[in-house]
Amino acid sequence: MSQPTAICPNCGAQIRFRWSSAIQTTCEYCKSILVRHDVNLEKVGQVADLPPDISPIQIGTEGVYRDTAFQVIGRIIYSHDVGAWNEWHLMFSNGSSGWLSDAQAEYAVSFLSQPETPLPAANQVYRGWEFVQQNVRLAVTTLTEASYEGVEGELPFQYWDKAKCPFADLRSSDGRFATIDYTETPPLLFLGEFVEFESLRMVNLKEFEGWTA
Amino acid sequence: MNAGSRKIVPRPKALNCPSCGSAIELRAMGAAATVVCSYCSSTLDATNPQLVILQKWQSQMTVHVQIPLGSRGSLFGAVWEVIGFQQRGITVEGTDYYWREYVLFNPYKGFRYLSEYENHWSFVQSIPSLPVHGVNSHNRPTVTYSNLIYDHFQTAQATTWFVIGEFPWQVRVGEVVAAADYVSPPYMLSSESTANEITWSRGVYVPGADIWAAFQLPGAPPAAIGVYSTQPAPVDNRPGRPWKLFFLFSALLIAMMIFFAVKARQETVLDQTYTYVASTPGEKSFVTPPFVLNGTSANLQVEVTGMDLQNEWAFLGMALINEETGQAYDFGRQISYYFGTDGGESWTEDNHSDSATLPSIPGGRYYLRIEPETEVGTGGAVSYRPIKYNVKLVRDVPFYFRYFLGLFLLLLPLPFLGRKGANFESLRWNESDYGVPPNAIVWQSNSSSGDDDDE
Repeated sequence: MSQPTAICPNCGAQIRFRWSSAIQTTCEYCKSILVRHDVNLEKVGQVADLPPDISPIQIGTEGVYRDTAFQVIGRIIYSHDVGAWNEWHLMFSNGSSGWLSDAQAEYAVSFLSQPETPLPAANQVYRGWEFVQQNVRLAVTTLTEASYEGVEGELPFQYWDKAKCPFADLRSSDGRFATIDYTETPPLLFLGEFVEFESLRMVNLKEFEGWTA
Repeated sequence: MNAGSRKIVPRPKALNCPSCGSAIELRAMGAAATVVCSYCSSTLDATNPQLVILQKWQSQMTVHVQIPLGSRGSLFGAVWEVIGFQQRGITVEGTDYYWREYVLFNPYKGFRYLSEYENHWSFVQSIPSLPVHGVNSHNRPTVTYSNLIYDHFQTAQATTWFVIGEFPWQVRVGEVVAAADYVSPPYMLSSESTANEITWSRGVYVPGADIWAAFQLPGAPPAAIGVYSTQPAPVDNRPGRPWKLFFLFSALLIAMMIFFAVKARQETVLDQTYTYVASTPGEKSFVTPPFVLNGTSANLQVEVTGMDLQNEWAFLGMALINEETGQAYDFGRQISYYFGTDGGESWTEDNHSDSATLPSIPGGRYYLRIEPETEVGTGGAVSYRPIKYNVKLVRDVPFYFRYFLGLFLLLLPLPFLGRKGANFESLRWNESDYGVPPNAIVWQSNSSSGDDDDE
């Protein structure tokens, strides 16, 4: 796979893209948030120190989901009024990209999906609202007004200036998972399933002093 | 694997409580959303490096934390560190019930919980799927998860009363959620819901001794009080268990019966027809030719058949005599046969035959002495009619009666055992919203009133 490179407009460090479709990345050295315009990179902001974080996953972690290898190339950290979670951006060996969400060590893999029926507006959705997508009945279990806490690495879209991020999380009776992301209009639907940490067979994880994996 | 970029997350460093200045150790290394100072009970935002105070005061409750924060133990195949503790309660009909929850943490496995009520312990894990709602045959709500049906037990408003340590969500004293419990012992499915969120978890009953062993706690676990909603019924109390034992022992008995029936030799040692004439003068008794009874000890069946009686009785006084030792086994058989017609309908009474089985006769050479006697006719008349009868001796016959007696005796304790199991179930359901088990039989004193009979 080609690994296009560019120069950080802020510090001159070499920026290596792991994923050719990345729209946004962060400079490993000066923590500038960089957005790609054709071949040029524009600095749009600066990442503050990321909040302390427990996730054993990190940029560069590799694993396997449903027989397809992936690498963790980016991350968005969200917080809401009673907690926080990570959305890890995955690049698969077949060129597609997806998300691994890690909320208090409850893991789900999801992919951007086309809704089969129109999604309700943010002010119309409620806990318990149900819809059927790909023959799976999903019900809203959590409504969150999250705020964006930080970004890291490569992302498929610009994601650096969003303050209020309303989300609706949905679950099925058979382990499926969906998120409606209301930060865009029309809202985005991500569809996937809950996964066991062990099933992803991840390597290059963080190590924790005093603990063994 | 890129070993060069390996990062090791260090042990958490001590912070100071912004309210009282005491040292606070963050054990979950950033995973926790809330930490509560163990000295002044201020609730702090653990996600903020400065530990912002979220809630300064909580009711001063005397709560006994049985597993100290920071304890590590191995449960269900992983090592867990106790990082948080809360006491929650519900109020049912004016009575407060409290239970305690311990937050367990492993950086690779995430969070689990231990809940404790009256020294009954459960290991709890959140589940990703939504259970499917339904109703059982007694019209009570159920949920189905992983092919297991759980009966609704209780729904109540659960309030958090006391918190210390770290939590994966921001917990506040006074927080209220709607909590619903569904049971399928030893499992429980629970939902906790607020306006914007519902979460489901599954708990499994764990004996206190297992908790004590896992966390190497000193002494013995305090005895559990009462019957808990998911407590497994004791082995011999399980519904259906007495029946299982009954069938097991019945099968044993029947196997023994078949074994001994097959093993029985059923050897005919004498089969002889005799004729008795009452009017013949002289000694009526006679002896049979000698015969050999094989084996060390076995029974002997004496069958008298085809006795040609007509409205009279006969008595055969018999003695089985050992030729060598002279030991005699005396017994007798009375046979009678009466018949007639009454109002055009013919009737008969009794039979032409009878049999007896002599138990445990030692092997040896024997003969049988028979002394027949018949009814003396009206006015002292003696019958001249010869009466024929057959005597057959069979050595070692199968004997069934004792097995049937055994089966009957096995049945006797069943109603009591069943009642004991039912009693356990009624204790279990006593604290539920229903007060009685789903399959409880409601005894009605008056079964004739059919107005409200919905069967």
